Amino acid sequence: MSADSTAIRVRDVSHQFGEPGDAQFVQALQNTSLDIVRGELMCLIGPSGCGKSTLLNMIGGLLTPTTGAVAVHDKPVRGPLPHDIAFVFQENALFPWCTIIENIKLGMVFQGVPKSEQEPRARKALEAVGLKGFMSHYPAQLSGGMRQRAALARALSLETGTLLMDEPFGALDEQTRMVLGEDLSVLLSRTEKTIVFVTHSLGEAVFLADRVAVFSARPGRIKEIIAIDEPHPRKPAFVTTEKFAKLRNSLYELLHEEIRKTVDQSAAMGAAP
Amino acid sequence: MSPKHDRRDKIASRAVQIGFLFGVILLWYLGTAYWGISRILLPNPVNVWTELKDIIASGEFLPDLRVTLTELAVAFTISCTTGVSIGYLISRSQYLIKVFEPLIASLYSVPIILFLPLYVLFFGLGEGSKIAIGTSISFFPIVLNTIAGFGYVDKIFITAARSMGASDVQMFRYVLLPAAFPVILTGLRIGFTVALLSILGSETIASLEGLGHRIVHLAEAMETARMFAYISFVVVIAAFLNTAVSALERRAKRR
Repeated sequence: MSADSTAIRVRDVSHQFGEPGDAQFVQALQNTSLDIVRGELMCLIGPSGCGKSTLLNMIGGLLTPTTGAVAVHDKPVRGPLPHDIAFVFQENALFPWCTIIENIKLGMVFQGVPKSEQEPRARKALEAVGLKGFMSHYPAQLSGGMRQRAALARALSLETGTLLMDEPFGALDEQTRMVLGEDLSVLLSRTEKTIVFVTHSLGEAVFLADRVAVFSARPGRIKEIIAIDEPHPRKPAFVTTEKFAKLRNSLYELLHEEIRKTVDQSAAMGAAP
Repeated sequence: MSPKHDRRDKIASRAVQIGFLFGVILLWYLGTAYWGISRILLPNPVNVWTELKDIIASGEFLPDLRVTLTELAVAFTISCTTGVSIGYLISRSQYLIKVFEPLIASLYSVPIILFLPLYVLFFGLGEGSKIAIGTSISFFPIVLNTIAGFGYVDKIFITAARSMGASDVQMFRYVLLPAAFPVILTGLRIGFTVALLSILGSETIASLEGLGHRIVHLAEAMETARMFAYISFVVVIAAFLNTAVSALERRAKRR
């Protein structure tokens, strides 16, 4: 791997909430390093509270690591980099007082896109996610799946090199997730974007990722990285192949032990007075 | 439910409401015309109607209406500007919210009308004391709703805007303000209603002019029919103002 193919470089980052000794002290992430290659889709998967969302927010400049450093395209991350990084959040982060197209344009207003470019770019992004007919609707008028498509369109319209997705389909039902996952794979095979995708779903990770980073229980570290060697766009039939099942099973084995630990940790915390 | 069904339900409940009012007026009429209720305590609705027509035709109500509406406008303007700006400043810090929100909320539950004698002492029997009472009563719902509106904007909206590079000015204009607006608007509507109530009420207690003053004056002169006519007039004005403000609120909140 040559140096300039690395899009995101995470070096030895730790993050803690509170001070050691505090009742609320949490070591969310410990001495984690990770290189993400330009144009790849990296999935972060792990038990709840392992720090995968924390890592994502540090890459995006929304959180400052307690120790260590993050660089995106060799630029040290010290705060949000709206020209390099766009987010898709788990919750519905569309502004409910704006229509879908207004939401997308507002993102470009924040990013500083000239006014004349906003309309065509917003339309293009909406077309890409199949929401062209809904641009004058308010978010509350759309289903959860459509809202996440709109959120994706907003991120795409910002034309950043990197896309960070924090469980973007987490609040959706299984069927909607599957369809959105397939569409995302098609969409992303056409772009050169580097994507970091946090998920809870093993199937989603195998279906979408080029590589999957498996986190250990808290304090989180990266336990292992698994490569998913399958070209994009991935066909729905990929899910039914033996290769898919094997990869999913090996992920499951890696994760199972960590999830046990997490459950035991929280049981111990619940038992404490 | 289909919109057609909805509308029919709405018409039906409106009909019941109107029928109820009509029934009350009918009882009122029967009570005074046939059942021997004293005309001094409860005048005949027909007499009240005649008086009301006279009040409106003569334009006698105009000076009092002007006084009351001026007091309302001044009081509401003062409480809006101070309430919204102080509320915004408090909402900027979690610490200030923690300190001031409970304090203001507990002051809100104090019956401020008790300060009227003091206000009369400070600002005189005229418009000044009415403006003071209207302002101090309507200030509280406005400031509390402004704190709630700006202070509890969903964090995900702020995070999302920040990640897309929103400046402080953009954050205020495109995120904080539209998120807080409906909540503030509710505060303004409540503030308007309580300002009107307290101004009319304080006019009936101690005043030189105004609609409340006129009503007390007529009561003391035992001109009950004319007093009832004035009361109905004020009720209609108040209902009109409140409906107008609620309609404005609904319109601004729609979407």
